[in-house]
Amino acid sequence: MSVYLLRRLIQAVGVVFAMSLIVFIGVFAIGDPVEILISPDADQIERERAIRALGLDLPLWQQYLVFLGKALQGDLGRSFVFNEPALQLILQRMPATLELAFAATIGAIIIGLPLGLYAGLRPDSAGSKVIMAGSILGFSLPTFWVGLMLIMVFAVQLGWLPSTGRGETVEVLGMRWSFLTWNGITHLIMPALNLALFKISLVIRLTRAGVRETMLMDYVKFARAKGLSPFRVTFVHVFKNILIPVVTVTGLEFGSTIAFSVVTESIFAWPGMGKLIIDSINVLDRPVIVAYLMIIVLMFITINLIVDLTYSLLDPRVRLEGK
Amino acid sequence: MTEVPTLEVRNLRTHFFTRAGVVKAVDDVSFTVPRGKVLGLVGESGSGKSVTGFSVMGLVDPPGRIVSGQILFKGQDLTQLSDEEMRQLRGNRIAMIFQDPMMTLNPVLRVDTQMIETVLAHEKVPEEEARRRARDALGMVGIPSPDERLKSYPHQFSGGMRQRVAIAIALLHRPDLIVADEPTTALDVTIQGQILAEVQKLAATTGTSLIWITHDLSVVAGLADDIAVMYAGKIVEQGDVGEVLDSPLHPYTHGLIGSVPSRNRRGEPLRQIPGMTPSLLSLAPGCAFRARCPRAADDCGVMPELSEWRPARLARCHHPHLETAEQAA
Repeated sequence: MSVYLLRRLIQAVGVVFAMSLIVFIGVFAIGDPVEILISPDADQIERERAIRALGLDLPLWQQYLVFLGKALQGDLGRSFVFNEPALQLILQRMPATLELAFAATIGAIIIGLPLGLYAGLRPDSAGSKVIMAGSILGFSLPTFWVGLMLIMVFAVQLGWLPSTGRGETVEVLGMRWSFLTWNGITHLIMPALNLALFKISLVIRLTRAGVRETMLMDYVKFARAKGLSPFRVTFVHVFKNILIPVVTVTGLEFGSTIAFSVVTESIFAWPGMGKLIIDSINVLDRPVIVAYLMIIVLMFITINLIVDLTYSLLDPRVRLEGK
Repeated sequence: MTEVPTLEVRNLRTHFFTRAGVVKAVDDVSFTVPRGKVLGLVGESGSGKSVTGFSVMGLVDPPGRIVSGQILFKGQDLTQLSDEEMRQLRGNRIAMIFQDPMMTLNPVLRVDTQMIETVLAHEKVPEEEARRRARDALGMVGIPSPDERLKSYPHQFSGGMRQRVAIAIALLHRPDLIVADEPTTALDVTIQGQILAEVQKLAATTGTSLIWITHDLSVVAGLADDIAVMYAGKIVEQGDVGEVLDSPLHPYTHGLIGSVPSRNRRGEPLRQIPGMTPSLLSLAPGCAFRARCPRAADDCGVMPELSEWRPARLARCHHPHLETAEQAA
């Protein structure tokens, strides 16, 4: 187990290093922030002073080495725009995004699993046909359009739910959370549902496919031959087996939910990382973009590791190698 | 008054209603299994022998359905029971062992979980008591250090060991009847021999009746008391196992026995039954074996009845091998 973890850690370092190189060169290729950041009225001397202050006078490879040296000490650079450490800037907004992503993922599982289970157990019923048709809509409707529709129906016409911001928050562990106040929850419902829509459909389809496949297995028939109640056959013998793909996919999807909550955050003016990155790209705030991408890379690596570890808990055949 | 047999199946018909048509997987099958006896149910793949077994267990899934007939278990008709009443019998009074031991145990649950749940499904006993019974059952089927093995997952067992676990699960409640669906087919021959001996011993000591479904005549020869040969959903020959194997009446049984390699015919090519099992979707009227039968004649266009050609020897044929039967007699 520890050998396995160590090997995964070394792989992770390699991936982070490679990504930093790609990200750094990629962001350099996007454009020159000097034109946006420095006022056109500035004279040549001021310009050069500013460029030197930002470290943009060095050749690319030297800039990269400077960045790498500082990154190893936990410093991912200062934002050109806010003149604050980029890392701090992102971490401040991270709880909002994490909260949204968690709410969406949990919502997807709470809604998706029972619906998928039903559709798998009664594949020919009218209810499951409605569910499956609905899941196609969930897959194919664009997020931004659904978001706008939600606002139009529930905020504008019915006036049930607020459409922007996080509402009242409570500070716990130095971070602000919406889900601890009723007002905050009403703010959270629509963006979370919007972000969850695709994942609900995914979980429904995965669960249904898993149930239908597992029901045909000999061990399910054997469980019935043992005289177990239908409840136990479904919720112990079948359920534990379909959890494996569902956990894998929702786990891996969690990373993309965070990374691509950009659209939802923009529509509902949710003050998270996604909104920050869009603003930063607009003004070519390189340190923030780079820091954001590095954090996302780290997040994906961590999530993958957690998924693998969970997998081994669910499936005894995948006990991790190396003792 | 004679003793009520453990199982009496009367005119059982189990059909599958598929889009392509009605498949008569089991079509008018009757047999009796007395207490403590072993019935060998023999036939090729698709002959309906497994569906017969599942019908007895009440585990026929849609599109399949028991259309008519009676399954009398100690005099009680199983086809009339509710789902819950049937569940209470399954795994308790009637148990089943499946063909592929690699597939019958749930891969994500420990062996103790799978055994204890079987005990608790039918008896309200403390978990410790259930665990003790599970351990004893494992010991009974010859699994060494059962206490440790209880905590293992199925993939930590070999195929033979898994089948022993499955048999142990079937024996937990000392059932009156075990339906064994080719339980030794997937095992290698040495393990097969051990398991057969084990099962025979257990049946003899506990008075359990067995339906042993197989396509392997040599297994039946050593194990069964009676034999029923199935072909295309119908029983074509039925009788005492020694008599049927010595002097088969039906040309199909004759062919089956002839296709087993024998020391007496060394050097000769193996005799096969020509052709293959007919599709149950497109059965022509008359005897289903007609197209492959060396003795077929015009009158085989009419389905023969299962008739008693010799005392307690039934065959469904217009032209049975009476001459070999006479030689033997």
